[in-house]
Amino acid sequence: MLITVTINGKKYSDDITPDLVLLDYLRQKGCYSVKRGCETSNCGLCTVHLDGKPILSCSYLAARADGHAVTTLEGLQEEAAEFGAFLADQGGEQCGFCSPGFIMNVLAMVRELKNPTEAEIQEYLSGNLCRCTGYQSQLRAVKNYLAHKQEVQP
Amino acid sequence: MSFVNAPIRKKDAMSLVTGKPVYTGDMIPQNALVVKLLRSPHANADIESINTAAAMKVPGVCCILTWEDVPDARFTTAGQTYPEPSPYDRLILDRHLRCSGDPVAIVAAENEAAADKALRLIKVQYHVMEPLLDFTKALDNPILVHPEENFHALCPVGADNKRNLCSTDCFTVGDVEQVLDSCDVVVERTFNTKANSQAMMETFRTFSYIDEYGRLTVVSSTQVPFHARRILSNALQIPKSKIRVVKPRIGGGFGAKQSVVSEIFPAIVTLKTGRAASIIYTREESMTNGSPRHQMQMKVRVGANRDGVIRAIDLYALSNAGAYGDHGPTTIGLVGHKSLSLYGGLEAARFACDVVYTNTMGGGAYRGYGATQGIFAVESAVSEMAAKLNMDPCVIREKNMVAQGQTMPTYYNEPCNSCTLDKCMAKAKEMMDWDNKYPRRVLENGHIRSVGVAMAMQGSGISGVDIGSVEIRLNDEGFYTLLLGCTDMGTGCDTILSQMAADCLDCDLDRIAVRGVDTDFSPYDTGSYASSTTYVTGMAVVKTCQVLREKIRKAGASMLQVPEESAEFDGKRVFVPGTEKEISLEKIGYASYEGHNRCLSASESHSSPISPPPFMVGMAEIDLDPETGKVEVVDYVGAVDCGTVINTNLARVQTEGGIVQGIGMALYEDVQYSHSGKMENRSFLQYKIPSRLDVGKIRIEFESSYEPTGPFGAKSIGELVINTPAPAIMNALYNATGCFFDSLPVRSEDIFFAMEEKK
Ligand code: FES
Ligand code: FES
Repeated sequence: MLITVTINGKKYSDDITPDLVLLDYLRQKGCYSVKRGCETSNCGLCTVHLDGKPILSCSYLAARADGHAVTTLEGLQEEAAEFGAFLADQGGEQCGFCSPGFIMNVLAMVRELKNPTEAEIQEYLSGNLCRCTGYQSQLRAVKNYLAHKQEVQP
Repeated sequence: MSFVNAPIRKKDAMSLVTGKPVYTGDMIPQNALVVKLLRSPHANADIESINTAAAMKVPGVCCILTWEDVPDARFTTAGQTYPEPSPYDRLILDRHLRCSGDPVAIVAAENEAAADKALRLIKVQYHVMEPLLDFTKALDNPILVHPEENFHALCPVGADNKRNLCSTDCFTVGDVEQVLDSCDVVVERTFNTKANSQAMMETFRTFSYIDEYGRLTVVSSTQVPFHARRILSNALQIPKSKIRVVKPRIGGGFGAKQSVVSEIFPAIVTLKTGRAASIIYTREESMTNGSPRHQMQMKVRVGANRDGVIRAIDLYALSNAGAYGDHGPTTIGLVGHKSLSLYGGLEAARFACDVVYTNTMGGGAYRGYGATQGIFAVESAVSEMAAKLNMDPCVIREKNMVAQGQTMPTYYNEPCNSCTLDKCMAKAKEMMDWDNKYPRRVLENGHIRSVGVAMAMQGSGISGVDIGSVEIRLNDEGFYTLLLGCTDMGTGCDTILSQMAADCLDCDLDRIAVRGVDTDFSPYDTGSYASSTTYVTGMAVVKTCQVLREKIRKAGASMLQVPEESAEFDGKRVFVPGTEKEISLEKIGYASYEGHNRCLSASESHSSPISPPPFMVGMAEIDLDPETGKVEVVDYVGAVDCGTVINTNLARVQTEGGIVQGIGMALYEDVQYSHSGKMENRSFLQYKIPSRLDVGKIRIEFESSYEPTGPFGAKSIGELVINTPAPAIMNALYNATGCFFDSLPVRSEDIFFAMEEKK
């Protein structure tokens, strides 16, 4: 079937099989930041934005993205580097394999929640598993980033 | 010193956080065949017949291999120094299937759909046999996991396949029975720990191709590239000279990737077809046929006097190797060496162990490597002793803990050169406010808040076995290339070792260009395991820098035409003190690239006769709902002695991450099998690892000793940090409920029923 999807601002039309999931489609398109960590929608590694909202691309058919705009970390390089610097300063990207999905969700959260409390942050990001860090450094990074955002644009 | 002991960003950090394609799966060549495995549905079966004709007809299928197509030479997948203590007990594909999920056939196709279709069309007739699943009944069981005649062990580990025995060992110090007999109090208990999945986020994966020189290149997410080269050579029966192994960034290992799990399958396809081939394990495959922590049963007897002086510990451990020996014979040693040695004044100690084969998935290496299980048992027994003596569990430890300056008879008689366990205890107590919180209080909502404590140790590399080597080259413009053979698997060793090099060479961190592992050009390193990298490879960096500095100084002196002894090197220039004579490193670098001069480089190896233990004290504060048995770890403090901390950020994150893995092990992680031997909880839906909602506060402080044999005084950190949560949480549970918990994981229902029974 033919679909037209905007990926990171660029339009693509492709003939795909109906069972192709968005994750695999995106990787075929060279968006290698999108990772797979499970087959059961439990890890959050595959998080991308569909029309600005975070979704799990492993359990979303590419066909459903027809006519929509998908953003991956490749399309948010500036924001990724901005928040990523806070993460890096905590050593919160240990193996880094969970980082792209995690960062996509952090960036979505920042747009969605104004001044999230610690509990709201943890809740929002709870679907992003990380086996390396124990989450503390990620939380420190998010808090520092939010504080920084407050400072530059209160 | 300016970079060591600082919170330095990892050199690869920005590429990771911006999602660059730096992992194995991101680099698979476009035309690579997709390799998939047909796996056994039975835990113990022989293949009677296998028919691949229909599968071969699927368009896009390129090759299907069965047991008849692979070399008949047994090998081990354990990434260890040759000769491996692990028995040579497996084939790439075997007619005898020894655990559920054992590979039956290898399928390679142009795409995933074709491979999947072919898998469904292979017809196999199995002769299904009763599986041996209970490891406590494995020894001398009539069901033999390895009845084959060509089973063999390179090392005298006591392996006897006709008894299901993978290895056996025993060591004693003093007369345990006699000392125990004369103790006022003896605590005796049997502890059980389960298999745990490392659950690194990047599953096992590898791709391979024949390079321009006609050699097999294997790109893999591995902790042990050089061992992988040897294992591939053993398995494929081709010379090592024909193999190159490359390690890109790794998405976590925790020991799982110290075994060769996925490498051989695409490699044999590439050899047979000449085509590039790739395999990516599903999460399910990673869980059902990975290399998990060994399930163990441990019997402990601790004897003490009424004043709390611990006099003897007797420990017996039975370990379930599963279907293949892999890390079985080596893991078990740590159960004893790294638990008993926490106690300094023992008059007698004994450790005996057996490792047995069963028809469950083969165990491997998981962070802590046996020490985790042993420390859980011994620390829990010591806490029980404290309870029996009506003593604060911290106090009994303060009385008995190993101290700097002692010799450790249960730790290969190695000296305890550096140890601040006493300070760690004091620091942890202060952080936790132990004296006010111990043992428990009841909150207004009826929940019980209690605290628990445990100590831990590990090693720093394997004494006299591990080798780290590095090469450092001076380039034009005066920057350096640092070539490493150890594997950064997210742990940050590329950065940590660069920090050391920068300090040793008095230069900026940016002047060090670091490059990780390619067996064709990296200097030999045993690999990243056994907590060896910082300590062992770190010393190789220090030594190499010393040699290179001398070469630079001499080259500078010769360019200045002054006597060598008069010249000094300060990192930027070679100069003669008190004179105007100097020449910059940049100029020396450029000159070394000119024909009449010499390129300046150095490469040194290091191996340590001792393995200095890092130490730690962990304390858990739990919140227990007595109505339901639900327990939450609300606060965890860790005070760590890893010697000098090389990178304060990375050491902290290691510790936090290790503690959270330990909490998972204590409270819910458990590889479970059905009656027929199939792993049941084979996904993240069923095998729960901690999410960020499952962990409370975690607070870490470092109480650094100085290890004289380590680089900059450093010891290890990576494995140590997983060892305290299980015993500390069990101690907190005892302090909350008065019940002793001896089998992991402890779930809400276990706590609830134990409390009911107590009533
Ligand atoms: S890959 Fe695990 S949630 Fe999508
Ligand atoms: S950093 Fe490795 S999984 Fe999160």
